[in-house]
Order: sequence, then structure tokens, then C-alpha cells
Amino acid sequence: MSQTIKLKKGFDIKIAGAAGKRMLDFDQPETFAIKPTDFHGLARAKVIPKVGDNVKAGTPVAYDKALESVMLCAPVSGEIVDIVRGEKRKVLEVRILADKEIEYESFPSYSVSDLSGISSEDIVGQMCKSGVWASIIQRPYGVMADPATQPKAIFISAFDSNPLAPDYDFMLDGDQSYFQAGIQILKKLTSGVVHLNIDMDAEVSKLFTSVEGVQINKFKGPHPAGNVGVQIHHLDPINKGEVAWTISPYGVIQVGKLFLEGKYDASKTIAVTGSSMEETGYVKTYVGAQVGKFIEGRTNEEHVRVISGNVLTGESVGKEGYLGFFDSQLTIIPEGDEEEFLGWILPTTSKLSFHRSFGLLSFLNGSKEFKVDTNTHGEQRGFVMSGAFEQVMPMDVLPTYLFKAILANDYDEIEALGIYELIEEDVALCEFIDVSKNDLQAILREGIELIRNS
Amino acid sequence: MKFLQNAFDSVKPNFEKGGKWEKYYTLYEGHRTIFFRPDLVTNKTGVQIRDAGDLKRMMMTVIIAMIPCLIFGMWNTGHQHYLATGVADATLLDKFLIGAWKVIPIVIVSYAVGLSVEFTFCVIRNHPIEEGYLVTGMLIPLVMPATIPLWQVALATVFAVIIGKEVFGGTGMNILNVALTARAFLYFAYPSQISGDVWTYLGSADAVDGFSGATVLAYGAQAAANGTEMMQLTAGHWAAGMFDFGNMFLGAIPGSIGETSTLLCLLGAAILVGTGVGSWKIIVSTFAGAYAMGLLFNAVAVNSFMAMPAHYHLVIGGLAFGAVFMATDPVSASQTEKGKWIYGFLIGVITVLIRVVNPAYPEGIMLAILFMNVFAPLIDYFVVEGNKKRRLQRAAV
Repeated sequence: MSQTIKLKKGFDIKIAGAAGKRMLDFDQPETFAIKPTDFHGLARAKVIPKVGDNVKAGTPVAYDKALESVMLCAPVSGEIVDIVRGEKRKVLEVRILADKEIEYESFPSYSVSDLSGISSEDIVGQMCKSGVWASIIQRPYGVMADPATQPKAIFISAFDSNPLAPDYDFMLDGDQSYFQAGIQILKKLTSGVVHLNIDMDAEVSKLFTSVEGVQINKFKGPHPAGNVGVQIHHLDPINKGEVAWTISPYGVIQVGKLFLEGKYDASKTIAVTGSSMEETGYVKTYVGAQVGKFIEGRTNEEHVRVISGNVLTGESVGKEGYLGFFDSQLTIIPEGDEEEFLGWILPTTSKLSFHRSFGLLSFLNGSKEFKVDTNTHGEQRGFVMSGAFEQVMPMDVLPTYLFKAILANDYDEIEALGIYELIEEDVALCEFIDVSKNDLQAILREGIELIRNS
Repeated sequence: MKFLQNAFDSVKPNFEKGGKWEKYYTLYEGHRTIFFRPDLVTNKTGVQIRDAGDLKRMMMTVIIAMIPCLIFGMWNTGHQHYLATGVADATLLDKFLIGAWKVIPIVIVSYAVGLSVEFTFCVIRNHPIEEGYLVTGMLIPLVMPATIPLWQVALATVFAVIIGKEVFGGTGMNILNVALTARAFLYFAYPSQISGDVWTYLGSADAVDGFSGATVLAYGAQAAANGTEMMQLTAGHWAAGMFDFGNMFLGAIPGSIGETSTLLCLLGAAILVGTGVGSWKIIVSTFAGAYAMGLLFNAVAVNSFMAMPAHYHLVIGGLAFGAVFMATDPVSASQTEKGKWIYGFLIGVITVLIRVVNPAYPEGIMLAILFMNVFAPLIDYFVVEGNKKRRLQRAAV
């Protein structure tokens, strides 16, 4: 039964540099990388090929020793040129020098009418082997889904409400049939419902509104209305012992392509955003692309931060870094490593703030897009203010109490206060508005791992 | 401002690891951050941008909200002085200057002593200087009578910062409101300087005939004890019209330096609520609790204090100041949104209860807030349990 849910709490971070709806012209990057660190809770990555080996798109490159059936596969064909390791020989990146022409591993393909006849064992087997399974995220914990479990439902958020978020309809244009096929496949993996949650305020979406076999729910409200965790909380919250899966629309399309065409197609349209870019827009590349080509010579200032993902949950990867597995967006903003004379108290209308403490007048600037940098605007302090997190948290959870329980390693409290319903992105806004500048996403992950390993 | 940066940079090596004042790095950093917003940037993972608001700005907002009360308090100290000594032609400036002469030393002592204690702890514990004391340092003078000996201010401040805050771990960790801890310390350690006839500064001058330094609350206590008619007595006060409702609302009455003007406390409340720094729920519910309790006493009145119109409770004593600036302290108050309603309401109720039925304490707001500070975690406990229960019930359905 379709639901319409209106959320009031939250905050839309309006910053300059949204992607214009145009394709930008770039040379393809030469190298691509699989980064096991993109997957939360991945215990120990084992790399399969050696440096110098050739791989095709869809060739297994690495897997988690704790979940051996799920493969992380090469997004492009080419030669393994480097395996970057960190402390204790932890695998950080497996770099692939791409061929000019991409070759694909071939998997069984089916016609649209045959899709319903495939057994769920065959589906799971093909998805795990080909690399598309890694797109499925399990709740609780936000980790790679275990193929041996069956989720109570699958949730897909069909819009992104994060700052400078890409427009899915533009980004995924032309992939309707694959999306529909992907849904048909995923439906076989759950006894429950596949929820497709769309933005009530957006124009009628070509891509999503005509999809069959899903329950379409409408969400309205400021960010984080587009976060799948918030949506789950309002549709069918996760209780202790329950498991649900989430997947992005892009992931669904990859599943569809795998079964209709028999290949792991990691081509991806991503948004290049941020106020430091001379021109913003979209670019077609592959999962794990090196970001240098998209930025070099195209920024309007030198001292910038390159973020794979958005400004709330992304990762600073540097100008030579690689796009994260789950990211469909690059954000380039100025670094803020400069002191500002009396910057902590002078009244200003140009600094973005959720708060209205003395001199913070950004709220007067209603619809203005703010230019922001990476400065923390203050030092880390103890938890002092109360009642602020609750205003940006459209869920029935008490964030401060949860964070304090995690810091105290109080397992019972962590569990009782709702850790099963949250992952990092759900508390990212709290971290943004926190006047005490604590690293709340990191604290939450610490709590998740405590419970997961207990 | 390059020269200031250079000046800080030139002394920096002394404070860094291996420098001769390495232990005092936190003081160096604390002072630099008064002049400059630091050059810190966000981490590699987690949020990449941060809100422009920080704790310093939040605390400054509270101080700004208190400034009207402070300035009025200086004027009122002088006003009460000249009124009591029978000088009819004192100008606004005269009143303000003599008030400032009494009040500013108290503010200076409070900040100097409090910050010294704070800095000492920061150096010993090697943690950054936090902003909490900026607010406390202003609150302490505002809840003292202008006649308080400075050494008592110093002693109370030391006690409050160490026992009220630092032993619990510093800013954000305290259980009791720090400024009220200072006042409570004096109240029990040196009662004769903070209760009774201490509210009017006379200096070396003689008081006019018939002068009494009594506050409305003193009249009330008298009424409760001896069965006198307080409304008649306040109406016949030596300074005519002093205890009219309107005058009490404006605040030209004897009392602690910052607490007398309900009007300016409400102005402060408007600043705190408008900026989102103070909880309107606590402020509204404190007033509501006091008013409701006043009405209840009216209904069962057996003496003239109990029969005093309930709205008088809102403008006398320190209720308004306590509700706006003390009860809303985010650290010692209830921290859940539902809890804030209960917390504030009970502060109001207990304040009036102590005023009217406890003969030993003419004013109840200080003890009511400290009492509810202690109970705030219990209120929050039940609100949090409610949240957990909803989650469990959901699972059971």
C-alpha cells in the first residue's frame, strides 16, 4: 500500500555549485580502482589477481574473507598496475590501467519474458560472481548484504536530498528497461515488499513512476528526506533481529543489465559539482574512476578539496584519488585552512548556519546559495547544547543519548536507543550543525561495530 | 591583522612540544582563538563542511542577552542608594556611576578568579580552554547583592568552579548550575551578607527616616509568620509606589544586581529564544508553574501572602532572571524536549512553594533550580525510557 509521508524536521544545505543539466566533455581517466575501504564492515580483503595480470570488466578482483561468496569485480578491463596497502597490509586500492576498448566477462543473459523464470539461487549466484551484489547494503549496520539471509523488505530511495545532489532522472536517463528488469530480479530475493521512495515535490519522474512490481511511496520535506534510513524508519522500521536491504537506483540498473545483457556494466554518469569548478555538469565514466582528469585545469582556484560524494558523507580523496564505489558525485570546494580575525563573533550574512546565535544571519538570506569551505568554524568541545540534533533528525531517536551511550560503551543502551536503524549518513546533519564539533559519524560507526561484534 | 598573527607565531615555539612553556600550550591556544577563528579543517571522512556556529558564539549570545540586565542593575543600585539616602535630585548619570562603582569590581573579581581557576585546570589536565565560564562569570555578579564583600565573591567563585564544575570534568559535565552553586555557597556559608537587609547600598550616608530595605518577599515572609496584611504593608512602604505591580515589573526595586527587572529579563529571553540558544519551553513552563502554584495558594489562602495575586509571583524576587538565564543552562537542565516542560514547570511550582510556605527561605528560585538540576536526569531517564519502550513495542506488534 503506497504511502505519502511528510517530514518537517531537517535542513536543506544550500551551497553553490550544483551540477548543471549538461554533459561535460572529458577524456576518460587512465586508471580505475576498487577500494575495499568503501565497504563498511569488510573484515579482511583478499586480492585475487597479481600486479601485471589482465582482467576484464566483471572479473573478480577481491573479496572479503568473512563473506567469501561476494566478489568485488573490475569495473573496466585492463591490467592490474598496483595494489596499494596501508597499515598491517590492509588493502586500500587495487588499481587497474584501463584498455581503450572495454572487454566484458560474459554471464548468462535472459530475455525480459524469461526473467521471471530464473531461480533465486541462480540469481544470487550470478549477482555475487559478477560484482553487482556489492551494491546491496544491509540494514542494520550498513554493511555488505549476506547472500544467505533473506531481507524483510528492500528499500530504494529514488532521490538524493544531499547538498548539490545529482538529479537521478538526468543521470539515469534511458535506463528505464534495465531498472524495471532489475526490480523484477530483486523482488525474487525478498518475501516482502520492494519499496521505491520518490520525491513528492519533484516533477513526475519518467524513470520511476511507471515502474511495476514495487510499492511507490512519496516523501516530502527537507534533507534527510531522501536518506533511505529515514524512509525505512517511517515505512517499516528495523527492529532487533530483522534485516532489510537497500540499493541505489544505479545498482538496480546494473542488476538489470547483468541479466538482460549478461555483463557487469560499471559505466556510470556522475555529477561534477562544487563552487571551485569553473563549469559543473555530468560526465560519463566508470565506477572507481581516477578523478584527476575531471578537475585538472578546470577549477577556478588552486587550494581545493576534492570530495568523492557529497559534503556531508563524502571522503576527501585528493586530486589524484579515486571515485568511491557508491558515489555518483564529485564535490570540489575550497579548503578553509586559514585563520580569520574575530571570525568567531563578527556578524555575517555570508556564512551558512543552521543556528541563529549572535551574528549568524544566514537565515536572512533565504534562498541564497552559500559558498562554503572546509573550515570547522571552531574547536571540538564537550556536548553542551541540547535540542538541536532533534530538529534535524526526522526519526524517533534521541541522538545525544545514543552518542553518549556509545562513548560509554554501554551495549544495552546503544541497542535500546536504536542503533539498528542508523548508519553514518543518518547522523551527518547532526554532525554538520554540532556547535561542539564532534565527529558524530565516526562515533556512530564505533557504536555499530561494537554491537556488530558483540 | 597580520602583525597579531606574527606576534602569536613568534611566541608559538615556546609553547610547542619541547618549548620552555610547553605545559601552557592550552593558554597560548586559548588566547589565539580569541583573536582568530582557528585554521582547522574537517577530517578526510565524515562531514566535509561545518556549520558556522560554535560554542564560543553561542556563549557570547547568552552574555549579550544579559547585558541589559547588567546595565539596568548598575543604574538600579544607584537609584536605590539615592532613594534610601534621601537624595532627590540625583541624575541618571549619578545613579549609574555609583552603581557601576559597586558592580564592576564584582564582575572583575568573578571573571579574574573564575578564569584563573579554569586556566589552572586546563593546564593541569591539558585540555583546551572552554567557553563555559564566560557565561558563569557574568551570571555570578548578577545574582549577588551589590553590597557583597568582594572576598566572598572570590571565595564563592572558587568553590563553584572547582566543586560545581571541574571535579565533574569541566564544561558540559556539571550537574548543578555553576553560578547558582556560587550563590548557594554564600547563602549557607555567609547568610548575613546575602539575606536580610543587604539589598540596598547605603555607603557612609544615613538612610531616610522610615527606611527599610525589605523586599516584597520579606513582607510576605512576615505575613506568613505573623499574620500581617502584606498588601497593605507593601502599599504603605516608605517609598511610595515602589511595590506597585508596574514598578516591580520594570525593576526599580531592591534585589540582586541583575534580577530585579522582569522587563529586561524578558528582553533577554527574547534574545535567547530568537537565537535558539535558550529553550523557550523551559522559560514558558517555569512562569506557568509559578503562576499555577500562585493560583493554587490563592484558592486555599490562610494568610495574606498566600492570597497575594498569583501574577505578583512572576515579577518579584529572582523568578524571571532564574527562569530565563539559570533554568535554561543546557548542561544542567533537562535535555529531552518533553523533559524540559516538566523541568521548567516544577521549578516554577517549587519556587512559589518555598516562598510561601518555607519561613526559612524568603526566595525559592535558587533552591528550586538547584533541586531540579538534580532531578533533571531522572526526568530525562523516564523520557528516554519512553523512547526505548516505543521501539520495543513496535518490535512486538
